[in-house]
Amino acid sequence: MLAPSHFTAVLLFASFASVVFAVTQRSTPRAMVRYGIYCWVLFVGSVIAASWLMWIVRR
Amino acid sequence: MASGTQTPAPPKPQGFLYSALILGWLVPGAGHLLTRHWIRALLLFLAISAMFFLGIAMQAKVYVPNTGDPLDMLGFAGDLGTGALYFLARIFSLGQSTVQLVTADYGTKFVVVAGLLNFVAAVDAHNLRIGRKV
Repeated sequence: MLAPSHFTAVLLFASFASVVFAVTQRSTPRAMVRYGIYCWVLFVGSVIAASWLMWIVRR
Repeated sequence: MASGTQTPAPPKPQGFLYSALILGWLVPGAGHLLTRHWIRALLLFLAISAMFFLGIAMQAKVYVPNTGDPLDMLGFAGDLGTGALYFLARIFSLGQSTVQLVTADYGTKFVVVAGLLNFVAAVDAHNLRIGRKV
């Protein structure tokens, strides 16, 4: 059984979802790479921001 | 003001119009193979299949139809998006019927989202096939 940590699961989810978004939402390879990185940063960044927000709320 | 240049109309697709949509739903990336976008097809196949099988490896719940619970029905609709992978999971009894671990909850989301992403990929393949996208 695979039991990744929450953050590892986030990284995996962000990576795969970003690949699909990039391939389907853009037409040129360069635009796909840029959009894929943009989506990945938004996925992971928003999780980190939400995590810190929850940590502050808990204090 | 009318433009002086005219863009050529995209070529009319030959054969069954929805073949890329249906094939893309059944096998992730197969719709893009039909439209001869090899790299896109490979990337979509790897990303969606990996997401699905990682979810199964995390003991994901695989939804079944007709449980009566609206959330289960939505989960079933998402799972169904993986096409043949979903039917394989049902035939070989992959996944769990209930979520018992935290990682199983992650896995359940992985499988549902893999299905939803495959719907997006299949529609993209259809758009490539009919010439709406290049």
